[in-house]
Amino acid sequence: MKMAENKYLMFLGCAIPYRVSAYEISARKILQKLGVELVEMPEFNCCGLPLDPVSHEMMVMLAARNLALAEQKGLNIITLCPGCAGTLKKVNKMLKEDKALREEINEHLKEAGLEFKGTIDVKHLMQVLIEDIGLEKVKNTVVKPLIMLKVAEHNGCHILRPKEFIGFDDPEDPKTLKTLIEATGATCLDYMDETECCGAPSVGVNDKIALQLARDKLNHIKMVNAQAMITICPFCHIMYDTNELRIEKMFNETYGIPVLHYPQLLGLAMGIPPEELAFNDLRVDVSNILKQVAEGEK
Amino acid sequence: MSETEQKRIKASEIDPKFKYEIAKMPGGEKLMRCFQCGTCTSDCPVARFSDTYRPRQIIRMAQLGLRERVLSSDTLWLCAACFTCTDRCPQDVEVASVIRVLRNLAAEKGYVPQVFKEQAMSILESGYAYKIPELRIKKRESLGLPQLPKSNPKSIRKMLCEVSFLKFIEKKGE
Repeated sequence: MKMAENKYLMFLGCAIPYRVSAYEISARKILQKLGVELVEMPEFNCCGLPLDPVSHEMMVMLAARNLALAEQKGLNIITLCPGCAGTLKKVNKMLKEDKALREEINEHLKEAGLEFKGTIDVKHLMQVLIEDIGLEKVKNTVVKPLIMLKVAEHNGCHILRPKEFIGFDDPEDPKTLKTLIEATGATCLDYMDETECCGAPSVGVNDKIALQLARDKLNHIKMVNAQAMITICPFCHIMYDTNELRIEKMFNETYGIPVLHYPQLLGLAMGIPPEELAFNDLRVDVSNILKQVAEGEK
Repeated sequence: MSETEQKRIKASEIDPKFKYEIAKMPGGEKLMRCFQCGTCTSDCPVARFSDTYRPRQIIRMAQLGLRERVLSSDTLWLCAACFTCTDRCPQDVEVASVIRVLRNLAAEKGYVPQVFKEQAMSILESGYAYKIPELRIKKRESLGLPQLPKSNPKSIRKMLCEVSFLKFIEKKGE
């Protein structure tokens, strides 16, 4: 099926509407600016990822249900969450390639009047920006280059690994987010263990280990004097922004490193007023960054 | 019983068929290829901060057939599923997926941390992994966001009714 250009079905997932609105608000703003049309899912459920540990079968069914719902709309899916992207991509690939599994799952979907046919693709926001819209077009929307900022990137694991299922960027040396950050005019700094996990999946099982992982990263970012950290995942953002104060208290450290969703950074460079990019939602004080950006304009 | 005695493996504990059972499940197929090089453990971000979580050891226990010991182990639930081990395994074992297979088997026996049960229940009740407060859903309009698409918990429950884990938690809930 030929897909409409620059038109996607928005798959929100659960974490974003639950507690990470700033990511959604800013992502919608920049996509609008780039001429992308977003259509809402007619209905959706959890992508399935949180249930993979207890039942792989349930995960596959939940993901397949979402894919079948999206197919009815005849549009490719865009997700903001790497967890949703990774899960939907994986199950999409499994069902497209494995006829026996597809038939088995379709038996379950039939009752709900749904069928998986394998007619659409799933892309994460970063992938849409780099592959579909293209770096040139992104750069062309930048009216206020953020040359005064030196930041560090953090990719979400599930948009990189396992490589076999994701097939996007190089998990050992990812370049996409860096390239997209540099498109805003900001400098993207290298640091130790850049591709390491934020620890979010261990929250609730062993909080101390989860927070130690996040702390490790904040330490490495602090070492290179990054003014901010840039994420593209709601869970990673919660680990570093929402939990930064908790980490500081627990380990007696001081970071004060603001954590921005990538669309907030791009939005600033696009000249979108900060108040439209939901900076108020961030826990760690971001006023220094906003001040520097505002002064840079003078 | 002394600590050494507790750790000692008894022949009666070993189930030689366990590894074949794992290898039949999606993701577990390549368990037998592991030659214990330790790349998984040395690259594991969780192992760096845990005194007990060692993916190589979990794989070895599975290969040996220490069914009860590995399935009842708390450390099984520490994996953050970052898939670094899977990507770097020189034998292509899909370590994180083998661990997921073991967790699935453990969950069926009732060994599962509360947080996973809660998310499963939330999905069954609301369709979403978290119970999104009504206030948040209403607030979307004032934030200029479109309405949150509805889910269909009834249809989801029907689709999942044959899954064994679901039967397990529903039975427990009675």
